[in-house]
Amino acid sequence: MTDLTSSGAVPAPRKGSLLTQDERTKRRNAKEARFRMMGLIAVTIGVLSLVGLLTSILASGLSSFQQTYVELEVYLDPAKLDKKGERNLDDIAKVTTFGYAPLIDAAMTAAMERAGVSSDLNAKAAGELISKEAPASLRDYVLANPDRIGETVSFDLLAAGRIDGFFKGRVTMASAELDRNVSPEQLQLAQQLKEAGILTTKFNWAFFTAPDASDTRPEAAGLGVAIIGSAYMMLIVLVLSLPLGVAASIYLEEFAPKNRWTDLIEVNISNLAAVPSIVFGILGLAIFINMVGLPQSAPVVGGLVLTLMTLPTIIIATRAALKSVPPSIRDAALGVGASKMQAIFHHVLPLAMPGILTGAIIGLAQALGETAPLLLIGMVAFVREYPAGPPEGFFDPAAALPVQVYNWTQRGDPAFVERASGAIIVLLVFLVIMNIAAILLRKRFERRW
Amino acid sequence: MLFKSTVSALALTALAAGTAAARDNIQIAGSSTVLPYAAIVAEAFGENFDFPTPVVESGGSGAGRKKLCEGVGENTIDIANSSSRIKQSDIDLCASNGVTEIMEVRIGYDGIVFASDINGPAYAFSPADWHAALAAQVAKDGALADNTNKVWSDVRADLPGEEILAFVPGTKHGTREVFDEKVIIAGCEENGTFELHMAANGGDKKAAEKACMALRTDGVSIDIDGDYTETLARVDANKNGIGVFGLSFYQNNTDKLQVATMGGVEPSVESIASGEYPVSRPLFFYVKNAHLDVIPGMQEYIEFFVSDEIAGPDGPLAAYGLVSDPELAKTQEMVANRVPMGVLN
Repeated sequence: MTDLTSSGAVPAPRKGSLLTQDERTKRRNAKEARFRMMGLIAVTIGVLSLVGLLTSILASGLSSFQQTYVELEVYLDPAKLDKKGERNLDDIAKVTTFGYAPLIDAAMTAAMERAGVSSDLNAKAAGELISKEAPASLRDYVLANPDRIGETVSFDLLAAGRIDGFFKGRVTMASAELDRNVSPEQLQLAQQLKEAGILTTKFNWAFFTAPDASDTRPEAAGLGVAIIGSAYMMLIVLVLSLPLGVAASIYLEEFAPKNRWTDLIEVNISNLAAVPSIVFGILGLAIFINMVGLPQSAPVVGGLVLTLMTLPTIIIATRAALKSVPPSIRDAALGVGASKMQAIFHHVLPLAMPGILTGAIIGLAQALGETAPLLLIGMVAFVREYPAGPPEGFFDPAAALPVQVYNWTQRGDPAFVERASGAIIVLLVFLVIMNIAAILLRKRFERRW
Repeated sequence: MLFKSTVSALALTALAAGTAAARDNIQIAGSSTVLPYAAIVAEAFGENFDFPTPVVESGGSGAGRKKLCEGVGENTIDIANSSSRIKQSDIDLCASNGVTEIMEVRIGYDGIVFASDINGPAYAFSPADWHAALAAQVAKDGALADNTNKVWSDVRADLPGEEILAFVPGTKHGTREVFDEKVIIAGCEENGTFELHMAANGGDKKAAEKACMALRTDGVSIDIDGDYTETLARVDANKNGIGVFGLSFYQNNTDKLQVATMGGVEPSVESIASGEYPVSRPLFFYVKNAHLDVIPGMQEYIEFFVSDEIAGPDGPLAAYGLVSDPELAKTQEMVANRVPMGVLN
């Protein structure tokens, strides 16, 4: 007994003021302060890395929303575009984009003369300030308006990637010295043209609408096809996984007997939610492309694969939402004579809806950012044709937003780094919108008991 | 069980939705080295013809050829891009799946260059230097010894005294084969190590070549499994590092990289075309002839690809870094007549 008391297991009754802390209280308070500090450090590290990530993406990607254009008066020379002079579309179509390049060189020289800009560069080197995309837009215009041949038409043409980079600070006089794709003289000319108002920087709408472009013209590359592809896939995921997931959860939660089979299914669903997404890609390749024979690179296959991936997420969220509806609601409904189905569809499901929708939106957001399974089903492709409208368009080749990011980071031209970061920003904006929608839904409609 | 039935239900829905719609776009897959060239041609083809722009996938030469050989039909690809020649095993696989007629189209040559940070010292290499720097075993006093060279001046006295650090393409890349053959094995023969390996392996040439290709594992030679962009990032981070790049990639990044000469020759489109620069390889694509009359625009695409205005010395491919084939006219004739490739030699 004496041993016990002397070892201090029972603290001696407190003597003295409550305002002066004894040793033990000081130690406890210090411990708490340390723990708080650690928590704060953890949060700070998290926030700092997020800020670092966002700054680096915004710093390299924001400039992709601006693009340099050159306004040129192009003389559509009939001697070059329609030698026979009959304005026969078939004859005009025979002139390839290579035949349009000299028109642009000539227009560039004329514009320089008009603006009083002089340069030692020859017409071809001056014409290199214009994107290689320009002859194609010219040709499209002429084929659409063959009657304008022989007239002088004003065009807003893309400036070449290196020139665009110069105004965004990516290309400098010093780097141009070493760069074989652009010379300091060309940059000086661009500077003079900018001062003369021929060269302007505008908001880059084409970044959201234009299709991908090859390595020689990064300035023309856009996200149009990728955005459509991603939208199609999300549509397929929503239409397939929401009804399937909700039906499965209602059955499992409300109707299914509790036995070994349902336990097994439950374990399997939880496991599926943790399966690495690339496995779904392999599955998709084996089943949808090789067995069923669906086309490669098509949103329908991507949508089906992502549906499989999203289903477990939706089922788990839906079951949790159904579970959180208090049994008294069901009992009351059954008590006034409703059938089980009426009780569920009239009372339980509406109350669980906010939770279900939140789960669905979070599942969709996850699917939108998913890349790995898409790599295996041929979505990493160079696609320039817009897919047709739904439903046929589901079977046309398309790209997807995250895959487009991956694709652009592999290109040789440094201008694609800016494009890839820009695409990341677009993807992040979509994700933020979806997550905010999920939070709003929960805030607005959630009921607590 | 639920999962399984869901999958089959999904598959059935998909089937019912109809796969009968005929494919009207050309599908291409394969080498990531050929991809930028194929994309340039596809883009120009889409602009100038009434056919849709072909879809070009990457994924590697071997994977592309395997896909080509999966069979005949609309859900298989039409053309495989490849940075190395087709193998007998591919041809056998093709034959067993009913793909009998394959056309081999050589589009030009690609140079492989050695480049370092623009602000570092300039290098003048020979294949023997690279073997002596990177091989696991080198000749020392007439016998094989473990490689202990630390700086380039250990390898050859007149090279800069920079630490040896090389970023070479990983073994899954087609570029690695060329690097092994034209640089490491050639260098091995040049500096006499090959004979020592021959003696050590009892005159077995294959085994000796294999021994030559074994690279150091002490962190001096680093395999890059990603793309040239990753190699560039590594060189950027390690200023004394030397990376192996494709000529076109280097030409797009001349403001960050300086190129080393090999055997006294600076790599350029001209020096590769003339054969002076030693490290180059042909690039190909392989066409499934059975699809030629099925997929609209395929014959036109192939002819357009090898036409003078595209693949010629003044065309956009050459401007991007492809070394145009001096025998292009022969290829054009072959493509026009749809001549399938014969037996591999």
